[in-house]
Amino acid sequence: MADQISNISTTQLFNYTLNLADNSLIMGHRLSEWTGHGPILEQDIAMSNIALDLVGQSRNFYQYAAQIKNKITPSGDGGKGTPSVDRGTTEDSLAYLRDADEFKNIILVELPNGDWGYTIAKLFFFSTWQFLLYQKLIPSSDAQLSAIAEKSLKEVTYHVRWSSEWMIRLGDGTDESHQRIQKAIDEIWNYTAELFLPSAFENACYENNIGVAVSEIKNDWTQKINDVLKEATLTSPAAVSSPLLAGKEGRHTSFLQEILDDMQYLQRTYPGCKW
Amino acid sequence: MQDETGLLETFDDKVAKEIKIEPRDWMPENYRKNLIRQISQHAHSEIVGMLPEGNWITRAPSLRRKATLIAKVQDEAGHGLYLYSAAETMGITREEMVDQLLTGKAKYSSIFNYPTLTWADIGAIGWLVDGAAIMNQVPLCRTSYGPYARAMIRVCKEESFHQRQGFEILLTLCRGSNEQKDMAQDALNRWWWPSLMMFGPNDDNSPHTAQSMKWKIKRFTNDELRQKFVDICTEQAKILGLTIPDPELKWNDEKKHYDFGEINWDEFWKVVNGDGPCNSERLAARVKAHEDGKWVREAASAYAEKRNRNN
Ligand SMILES: [Fe+2]
Ligand SMILES: [Fe+2]
Repeated sequence: MADQISNISTTQLFNYTLNLADNSLIMGHRLSEWTGHGPILEQDIAMSNIALDLVGQSRNFYQYAAQIKNKITPSGDGGKGTPSVDRGTTEDSLAYLRDADEFKNIILVELPNGDWGYTIAKLFFFSTWQFLLYQKLIPSSDAQLSAIAEKSLKEVTYHVRWSSEWMIRLGDGTDESHQRIQKAIDEIWNYTAELFLPSAFENACYENNIGVAVSEIKNDWTQKINDVLKEATLTSPAAVSSPLLAGKEGRHTSFLQEILDDMQYLQRTYPGCKW
Repeated sequence: MQDETGLLETFDDKVAKEIKIEPRDWMPENYRKNLIRQISQHAHSEIVGMLPEGNWITRAPSLRRKATLIAKVQDEAGHGLYLYSAAETMGITREEMVDQLLTGKAKYSSIFNYPTLTWADIGAIGWLVDGAAIMNQVPLCRTSYGPYARAMIRVCKEESFHQRQGFEILLTLCRGSNEQKDMAQDALNRWWWPSLMMFGPNDDNSPHTAQSMKWKIKRFTNDELRQKFVDICTEQAKILGLTIPDPELKWNDEKKHYDFGEINWDEFWKVVNGDGPCNSERLAARVKAHEDGKWVREAASAYAEKRNRNN
């Protein structure tokens, strides 16, 4: 690892890896809220499966991020403002002991689930983006990121297919489902702009052949989205006029705080315990 | 064509020879009814059982625990699916069964009408509830009805995995801080008796047992299974260092079994009849999921129909 990242600050690589981890975790967490509440038993299972894939991906990224962090600060502390843990940084200290403003996920993934259509639209936009991102991450000069991307790509291929099929089914289903899914798309659309705006850590990683230039996947993403929306007899909203970076830089909605209040509650209430 | 007596003889003969009854075979009407009731109740239990544990997915205290819990609850959905399919081979549809559940006509295991108050409950459920389920279900792998027996073989493999995971959650807590150990003990205090109730009424109060044993739907009586469960769990609790909340629990060297106290049958019947701590909450959650999902199911069938027409 050390020689591969000699030209880049380790903090940038750490942040880049955290961004990938946080996206998967928060999206997976949201999807897991459906477990036991889905509209059809088979689809409840499918949704849980995707949640599981995403939590799994996040663990791979967090474990790598922890390795990086422990090299930066060998004595280890879980991150800004967190009590130091003797075993240094771990996947769990990263997930459970950071504050909301230290999370680097895009806003899209922290949005509440809404109805089934809203969740499907979120997942469809996200998975399509993740697919293109991971594809471009495979040739990364960072062997670990490359390996995780390659392993995850198989899963994400399925997520794209599954969510696309649901987009089409809902768009071309009944009048009600058409209206609901169109409304979801229109509401979520603004949040997709952040997917293609590079943050400082993304730029740094891209320049060092480690990361992906997110702006470069925008065309393919738009193409794929439009193809599916067309087949679903749905309308693509107009381009977002002035997109803003937010989540990647730690500026989140209160929805993330709500997620973390729930997710981190045990670790925060009983610090230093093994579970 | 055989007459009814001949058919019944063939059926009894197969059951006696341990040949599985298959969906196309003739079977007595009561055998069919009894099995539909049992299998669909079992399926409903898997589905309702997703709720108390699903509650803790978003609060699981580590990423590994979170992933394992999602997978576990998802397994239970899978069990529900196999079981609904097995029941469908007897001439009832999944819609009819779901309707019976949502209208309160069908029962499900009362254990899921108790709340999950702490993380230790997830351990206790795995250890005790999945443990009791295994005790009930392993003999069902040899039950006389083929599709049910085959579904149970798949289910049992996963249940024993769940049971080990639950025990491991408790073991971790018991080796942790005092607060964690207290949490584990408290969970055991609350889940012990309801778990014993999972084996059903005492044998003298179990109207279906005799017939079910004769038909080889059941292989052991409720009390036999309950005794086996108590014997095993008492030993396991020692490994955990937890105390089973039963002052009458003690080894009987003559019987080579543990003696244990009497179940509170008033509570048992109260929960069975709908007055448990979470009966209405559980049912309401299932009704809500069903109603919220109505437009989705309608869209899916409308779309499928369009596709069929165009092909
Ligand atoms: Fe199960
Ligand atoms: Fe289970």
